[in-house]
Amino acid sequence: MPALKVNGRTHDVDGLENSPLLFVLRNDLKLNGPKFGCGLAQCGACTVLVDGQPVRSCVTQVGAVVDQEITTLEGLGSLEKPDKLQRAFIDEQAMQCGYCVNGVIMRARALLDQNPHPTEGEVRLALDGNLCRCGAQNRMVRAVLRAAREA
Amino acid sequence: MTINATRRDVIKGAGALAVSFDLVADAARAADAPGQKLPGDLATSPKVSSWLRVEAGGKIRLLVGKVELGQGVLTAVAQLCADELDVDLARVAITSGDTRLVPDEGVTAGSFSMPNCGSAVRQVSAEARQILLGLAAKQLGVARDALTVADGTVKAPDGKSTTYWDIVANDAFEVQATGAAPLKPRDARRYAGRHVPRLDIPFKVTGTNIFIQDFRPEGMLHGRVLRPPAYDAKLVSLDTTSVEKTAGVVKIVRDGSFVGVIAEREELALDAIAELRALARWDVPATGETQDTVHDWLLRQKTQDILIKNEPNKAAKPAATVEAIYKRPYHMHASIGPSTAIAVLDADGVTHVRTHSQSVFETGAAIAEMLGVDKAKVHCIHMQGSGCYGHNGADDAAADAALLAQATPGRPVRIQWTRNDEHKWEPYGSAMLIKTVAALDDKGDIVDWSHDLWSTSHGTRPGARAGNLLAAHYLEKPFELPTPVNGGPPNYAADRNAIAIYAFPGQKVTTHFITSFAARASSTRGLGAYANVFAIESFMDELAARAKVDPIEYRLRYLKDERARAILQKAADMFGWKDFKRAPGRGRGIGFARYKGLAAFCAVAMEVEVDRGTGKVRVIRVSAANDAGEVVAPDGVKNQIEGGVVQSLSWSLKEAVRFGPGGVRSADWTSYPILTFSEVPPIDVELIDRPGTPFLGTGEASQGPTGAALANAIFEACGARLRDIPFTPAKVKAALQA
Ligand code: FES
Ligand code: FES
Repeated sequence: MPALKVNGRTHDVDGLENSPLLFVLRNDLKLNGPKFGCGLAQCGACTVLVDGQPVRSCVTQVGAVVDQEITTLEGLGSLEKPDKLQRAFIDEQAMQCGYCVNGVIMRARALLDQNPHPTEGEVRLALDGNLCRCGAQNRMVRAVLRAAREA
Repeated sequence: MTINATRRDVIKGAGALAVSFDLVADAARAADAPGQKLPGDLATSPKVSSWLRVEAGGKIRLLVGKVELGQGVLTAVAQLCADELDVDLARVAITSGDTRLVPDEGVTAGSFSMPNCGSAVRQVSAEARQILLGLAAKQLGVARDALTVADGTVKAPDGKSTTYWDIVANDAFEVQATGAAPLKPRDARRYAGRHVPRLDIPFKVTGTNIFIQDFRPEGMLHGRVLRPPAYDAKLVSLDTTSVEKTAGVVKIVRDGSFVGVIAEREELALDAIAELRALARWDVPATGETQDTVHDWLLRQKTQDILIKNEPNKAAKPAATVEAIYKRPYHMHASIGPSTAIAVLDADGVTHVRTHSQSVFETGAAIAEMLGVDKAKVHCIHMQGSGCYGHNGADDAAADAALLAQATPGRPVRIQWTRNDEHKWEPYGSAMLIKTVAALDDKGDIVDWSHDLWSTSHGTRPGARAGNLLAAHYLEKPFELPTPVNGGPPNYAADRNAIAIYAFPGQKVTTHFITSFAARASSTRGLGAYANVFAIESFMDELAARAKVDPIEYRLRYLKDERARAILQKAADMFGWKDFKRAPGRGRGIGFARYKGLAAFCAVAMEVEVDRGTGKVRVIRVSAANDAGEVVAPDGVKNQIEGGVVQSLSWSLKEAVRFGPGGVRSADWTSYPILTFSEVPPIDVELIDRPGTPFLGTGEASQGPTGAALANAIFEACGARLRDIPFTPAKVKAALQA
């Protein structure tokens, strides 16, 4: 039985192997973190971690990630207990609409896991594939650097 | 004004009745007082109860017609409310944008939220406080003036106390605001003017329900619309039988050339649309324009010529006359989240539509006309979506959802536009062409000035007309697009900011308004202001260079307004304009405007580097100064200015909608690239706060100045004058070779 392991819980996804991971996370598992932005792997809004690696869930089939560890924004922290990175985004007021923020945080999480003290340039480069139309990029970069500092 | 028996009965306490009559008397006095004008939208919705309610459990319910677009407005109005009512911010709960519950504040746009909604909320909260104190005074048996309030607890000098929640005064709120309630002095405010973290951000960083996308009502179905291959295409034939038989496809809706599918699962809806697209046969009329010919198209159209300023200097004897032509292309709003809506038809025939529209009331009325039902049969509820920056696909998605929902009574239908839908079908910001002419004396000073602009409409918002909804064009009985009108003074539309703020000896401004369209267009952040300011501020720079005068000094010669002078100076100081040392390949530029001539003052200075080999422009740093009058949410204002700078850099460096045979070619982020993280420069924003002066809208203040500052900096860096947005490497190279 194929199973999807998301944020430490296991879900039966029998028959959904060909569905985009994003739709199953949002529509079946009712997770709000990953967002639909383009469905074309161009914007990053749908980013989740699969075994710690940032993956664009809009172009990832469920069948390709069964039995791997999937982490969504909800898996980092909660409204009551945000994790360091989420906390840093609050402290820096790092958004306008916040639609892109899921992707930015998930991509940054992967960066910090692999490089706990990145330079500003490294943060920008890592986030270059994440689009933000509101123009909150500098605030988000500051938030990532703050999280790295405070870790 | 009378207070009826039922209302009286609800008011607790022996003195309530008398107080109610006091209030009536207050209102009557206010009505007699000449010139007591209610601020902002309180003038059109003057009843206190339209805005405020005291709720059990110690909450204040604030009802507002303006909606959250990611600009932080709901936090800002909550700050005003908490201050004037003397309650903790956490007690303020907000309902916004529900057509059945909130005052009709029109469209959330045009940088009007703080002037119109903010001022109203501040005043109405002060009025409510007076009402509550009056009731408390009777209850406690002391004079109103002797009472003190802390977090909704009202205390008498003798220590006796009551709370807003014990008073239960909602019936006493059924009165007209008087406009006479005094506002808190600045030093008594706890929230307004101070940094208050936005209320929505903790939700957004943790994936907690807050976006419209997170709304998943029981039994929700997934809808998609088959958009035609081109705007004027007509469906000739479509055999839907095979798709209809697909398991999980609930319904195919066809009405004229409008085709939609409703399915149990989202991926099925997408597959069904792909199949229908392959099967559909369309009649597609040939289209002509390309991105390169669109400005010629503008000049070929029949225009309405509107002289918006006609004070030429007839006595001028110029030594020289210079002119220049500036252009902007069609730009997209290009929201990161494509438009979404969820609609359900209930048993009473009411269609409830969840939407991220900026204009719930007017969009609801337009949908009602499209459906052929009474206005009351469409109920719109705003929910937050992706940032929109104007009239994007939100309203059209709401119309799509409402149409499809008619086919599945009782079951909600969710519409999710694709990236392709959003890029190709949202109404763009209109392309524009501007011609400026200056008559100069022998020292290079301006003796006369003229500005002519050509533009299509910047305003095809739903405005309660079905013809403004995309889907309505394709129905069996189609609705025609109403002939657009250009918005007049004082806000203007295509000609917003076309009248220069400078005190020239003569100035003539003519709007050449085009009512037809080369592409679907509507309100995009700042409307015509972006291009008009770009033209004026570039031209000022050109004239300063010609006169061999520092561009700031040159501007100051014509700038009389003290606040304008101050903001220009502030940006210059922040940037280090005076002591600037120009490195090879680099240059600096400045741009300034008072948005709409009546809102925020904003000046932007920047340094750029131009690579002469590739033509690539790199922005090194930006300093922006802004005066939005009294500042309620300092960080919110800074965020707006900073975001506006980034968006404008993106427009000005990279963006143009591309057309080709068959219509729009910009269908995704590869064919319509925007500024990325590594291209965003450091941006420093500072504010001049003007306590006690009116709130000035600020959300659209920085785009125009940014575009001009960029062009001016490129000029200083490499000597090339860029007048045709966007300043792509190819255009910079061409200008360098010219
Ligand atoms: S939605 Fe997946 S990359 Fe845009
Ligand atoms: S904050 Fe709105 S898209 Fe990034």
